[in-house]
Amino acid sequence: MSAPNNSYDPVRVAALAPDEVDRMTAEALAAIAAAADFDELKQARLAHQGGRAPITLASAEIGALPPEARAEAGRRISAAKRAIAEALTARQADLEAERDRRVLIDEVADVTLPWNRYPAGARHPVTTLAERISDVFIGMGYEIAEGPEVEAEWYDFDALNFPPDHPAREMQDSFWIGRPDGAGRSGLVLRTHTSPVQVRSMLTRPLPLYVVSPGKCFRTDELDATHSPVFHQIEGLAVDEGLTMADLRGAISTFVAAMFGEGLRTRLRPDFFPFTEPSADVSMECHVCRGASTEPGAPPCRVCRSQGWIEIGGCGMVNPRVLIACGIDPDRYSGFAFGMGIERTLMIRHGVTDIRDTLEGDVRFTAAFGVEA
Amino acid sequence: MLVPLSWLLEYVKLPEPVDAGEIARTLTGIGLEIEGIDRVGHEITSVVIAEVLGIEELTGFKKPIRYCRVSTGGPDAERQVICGATNFSVGDRVPLALPGATLPGGFEIGMSKRYGRVSDGMICSTDELGLGGDHSGIWVLPADAPLGADFAAYAGLRDVVFDVNVTPDKGHALSIRGVARELSIAYGVPFTDPADAGLPDWIDADGESYPASIADPTACDRFVLREVTGIDPDRPTPLPMLVRLVRAGMRSVSLAVDITNYLMLELGQPLHAFDRSTLTGPIVVRRAAPGERLETLDHVLRDLDPDDICITDSSGPISLAGTMGGLATEISGASTDLVIEAAHFSAPGIARTSRRHRLPSEASARFERGVDYELPLRASARAVAMLAELGGGTALPGRTLAAAPIEPATVTMRADHPDRVAGTSYGAATVIRRLTEVGCEVRADAGTLTVTPPSWRPDLTDPNDLAEEVIRFEGYERIGIAMPRTVAGRGRTAAQRLRSRVGRALAGAGFTEVIGDPFGAPEDLDRLGLADGDDRRRAVTLANPIRDSEPLLRTTLLPGLFKAMARNAGRGFADLALFEIGNVARNRPRMPVAPILPVDRGPDEHEVESLAAALPDQPRLIAAVLTGAREPAGWWQQGQPPRPADFRDAIEAARTVLDASGLRYQVRSGRPAPWHPGRCAEFVLTDDGGQVVLGHAGELHPRVIKAFRMAARTCAMELDLSLIERAAAALGPVQAPAISRHPVATQDVALLVGADVPAAEVEAALVAGAAAAGSVAQLEDVRLFDVYTGEQVGPGRKSLAYTLRFRAMDRTLTDEEVGAARDAAVAEAARLTGAVLRGS
Ligand SMILES: [Zn+2]
Repeated sequence: MSAPNNSYDPVRVAALAPDEVDRMTAEALAAIAAAADFDELKQARLAHQGGRAPITLASAEIGALPPEARAEAGRRISAAKRAIAEALTARQADLEAERDRRVLIDEVADVTLPWNRYPAGARHPVTTLAERISDVFIGMGYEIAEGPEVEAEWYDFDALNFPPDHPAREMQDSFWIGRPDGAGRSGLVLRTHTSPVQVRSMLTRPLPLYVVSPGKCFRTDELDATHSPVFHQIEGLAVDEGLTMADLRGAISTFVAAMFGEGLRTRLRPDFFPFTEPSADVSMECHVCRGASTEPGAPPCRVCRSQGWIEIGGCGMVNPRVLIACGIDPDRYSGFAFGMGIERTLMIRHGVTDIRDTLEGDVRFTAAFGVEA
Repeated sequence: MLVPLSWLLEYVKLPEPVDAGEIARTLTGIGLEIEGIDRVGHEITSVVIAEVLGIEELTGFKKPIRYCRVSTGGPDAERQVICGATNFSVGDRVPLALPGATLPGGFEIGMSKRYGRVSDGMICSTDELGLGGDHSGIWVLPADAPLGADFAAYAGLRDVVFDVNVTPDKGHALSIRGVARELSIAYGVPFTDPADAGLPDWIDADGESYPASIADPTACDRFVLREVTGIDPDRPTPLPMLVRLVRAGMRSVSLAVDITNYLMLELGQPLHAFDRSTLTGPIVVRRAAPGERLETLDHVLRDLDPDDICITDSSGPISLAGTMGGLATEISGASTDLVIEAAHFSAPGIARTSRRHRLPSEASARFERGVDYELPLRASARAVAMLAELGGGTALPGRTLAAAPIEPATVTMRADHPDRVAGTSYGAATVIRRLTEVGCEVRADAGTLTVTPPSWRPDLTDPNDLAEEVIRFEGYERIGIAMPRTVAGRGRTAAQRLRSRVGRALAGAGFTEVIGDPFGAPEDLDRLGLADGDDRRRAVTLANPIRDSEPLLRTTLLPGLFKAMARNAGRGFADLALFEIGNVARNRPRMPVAPILPVDRGPDEHEVESLAAALPDQPRLIAAVLTGAREPAGWWQQGQPPRPADFRDAIEAARTVLDASGLRYQVRSGRPAPWHPGRCAEFVLTDDGGQVVLGHAGELHPRVIKAFRMAARTCAMELDLSLIERAAAALGPVQAPAISRHPVATQDVALLVGADVPAAEVEAALVAGAAAAGSVAQLEDVRLFDVYTGEQVGPGRKSLAYTLRFRAMDRTLTDEEVGAARDAAVAEAARLTGAVLRGS
């Protein structure tokens, strides 16, 4: 030990004695450990770390020690302070963790409670399906052409090679438009198909020409489960040099693959439309049973009525007479056209069984389709 | 057309065994779609031919009843049967259903006790054997019908009947002859032309028959008359002919009528029989004269049109050519001398006549599709020969032939044209072979074919028609699949994209799209309260509406939406937000009639304009209706009722549409029908040409709500989407805003204004004032956060509280700069709207 110092004050220096420092430290650590909440911890902090804490007071006495004793006492006090600070931090962390745990438990809510405070809307499947089909053809480079619903007879019939007194005109029962003054014919009709848009496209667009035209059509059919005086078609038209029926089949096959699935075969069978020659009806392999329902003993298929094939529309090579009526040289250009009913496609693709569902505006029907068919 | 297989097989030699399903697939594959296969007569069992040996008339019943002794021939073959018919005698041969027999319809015959006697079977009528006709009479068979033989086999009752859907271009297939020919080509087997069969040796004999001439060669170019005399009108129609007629869907009438129908079905040539004794003077084929009338077979006295083709004698019109005969010259049960007419009429002429008089008939269906012009001489000869033979009369060998020259059309095409249409290589030899099979004469010369179609194919007029013949007989399955060409498309137009965008925006806002009824009643326009001069009164009228009460095309989407709303309400949905995007039509003043332009060339610009001028305006509108709660009821409302939809929701719907368009528009109050005059917003677009009203939104007028029986406070909006599409298409791409990274300075101002000052005007003034000041403090945003009326502001006034957000592009704003900018904004509001800064 070092030699005694003359200014030595035995009372004041007692606080720096190792035993005393250990006792203060132990007391502090016990108080901190005993702090049950943030308030008590705060009290413990004030009592054992603040300006009036015993350890703080003790450290102020270091100067009173003889110089040779100061270093050791300083180390002892520092270690004690560090231990107290660490204990405070640890306890703070413990308390915070405990509080967080408790809060998260307290705040548990029923997350299955409905919160549908805003009504859900929907777009009509006829609209969205027409868009969807259009998208397939837009992907092939087609553009969307549109035309009026009240149409001149010439566009709806004559230019499409429906001769005036040919029974072909009877194939489509037309709504005729009266003159505003009620006298005589107006030369207007509610378009019976979207094909007049083909004529308008050929008259206004440059060649080559690739368009699809979705739209509303009208025929004088009484409303029942499968007929409606108002319905929708989508038609495609291509006019280019050297187009053949193989090109037509290519376009249709691409459409079928996009809308119904890859690998479905398509089938053309002869049919008659005045504006195409040759003409065909188009069927595709049933996308549900893929023909399996035609096997003996197989379960029946509702979609194709176990025929294996589903008729999806009509098509053909644009009748050169139509090209001529549209001012296009049929020796240089040929074209193909195809058309299908949107409601019919809804029936095939989406299981709609009653066409009236598409017209009544029942919100339950439309809601099921959301915003995209 | 119903085609019995047995009839076809008479003219086509098909390989055995004949499979009806395969025939149907083959016919469908070449364009004669088989819509149905009816296996008829196969259910008939144990019906045999019997002879009536004795008749005991039973008395004491309400009607005559016979107890008959019949025999099927041979020993122990006698039976006793009850019969309610009386049209047979002892010695007649009749069809007898034995106990255990099955009749058409699955009807089973057993031994039974009736009228106090045991009936050991049943004597059958034609109806009971599935051939229709008179139920009350027993089918009395020819005397040589073999006793005990299976009746169904004897009468040819077992058959397969195809229902062929004949498309309008295939007139030749409206006959056994045509279908048999197509079938023979498809199978590559021999064909016997029925037009060559059964012809009498005197067919070409000279000598005139009943005098006739053609006055109008555009109406008729072949007209043949032949005569038969002394027939017995009571002679029965032979059994096989009767069965075939019934199987083909026709009724047996009398021998003469049955023969003409039979030949029409077999050959495709309609025939008409006149009672010779009713004709006066020579027959002339001509168009009707003005004022002429004719009473047709159906007892309707018809005013003839000068375009009608008619057969006349000195008395005037006696028949509507190719459509329906006249009553006065009709053959009757007493007619013994007949004049048979076979002709080739103008197809469009017959089409117009039958349409005009609403008389579609088997004859007109064939004439308007085109009949073989070489048939009249043959078909008439066969008819007369059959009438003479079966009716016991005498055929007069001569014939009257009035004719205009017919020039067979030729079609020239490249030999590889079918290849180029199909995208397949058939080769010239195949093309020539197929066309020849179809009946064409083909001349080949250096890659070019000169083709003369046969007289029965008037539909083959163009190279593509010929290509189709080759392609369909070679099989559509031979056509390949080419990858789609690469095409330079530009995608959707701006208008098309906008339409999807507004649809999605409204759906996102809770609206459900409907497709409304495009037809409307005039009363709806009254219920909407539209003034006389309103655009929406200029409705287009249908000449033939589905319902007479709804003859108009819609001029507004609202009534259709009201209907959809009512339907949903009726199904238990009272809270509704519906919208529709659709076209309407409105007449324009002085609309000309749309001309029918030529089709042998493209129209010129002037002609296209003449069509456009004849069309009504057809703008595309977008409309919405709201009723009931805007937000669905839920537990969070804590017992409070859900918020009802009100005019602000309708206005917001319109704003949703307009905001999706990207247009800058103004809102002001409007007063048009059918809206509540105090709760209607008018949307206005200002452009170089002035102001354009885009549409309206708000609460509906109480009277309109009542007239349409809607729930109180129903709201609606309707905008002209065509106008919006057009204006929005002119907008360029969105230009990015300059984003300042300096701090924002917000200022709240409360402005006192008159209660009737529109908030939109105050806001516009604030924006204009801040902009006009030219300060570095730019007004970035204005938000109305409070509207107050009440004691603190006094009567007739309201307080509008706004948060103004200022920011500078290049630095942090000073308080002085912000204050000055705010003052400039408020000063302009004060100048334009009389606003006073509250609390100052
Ligand atoms: Zn299937």
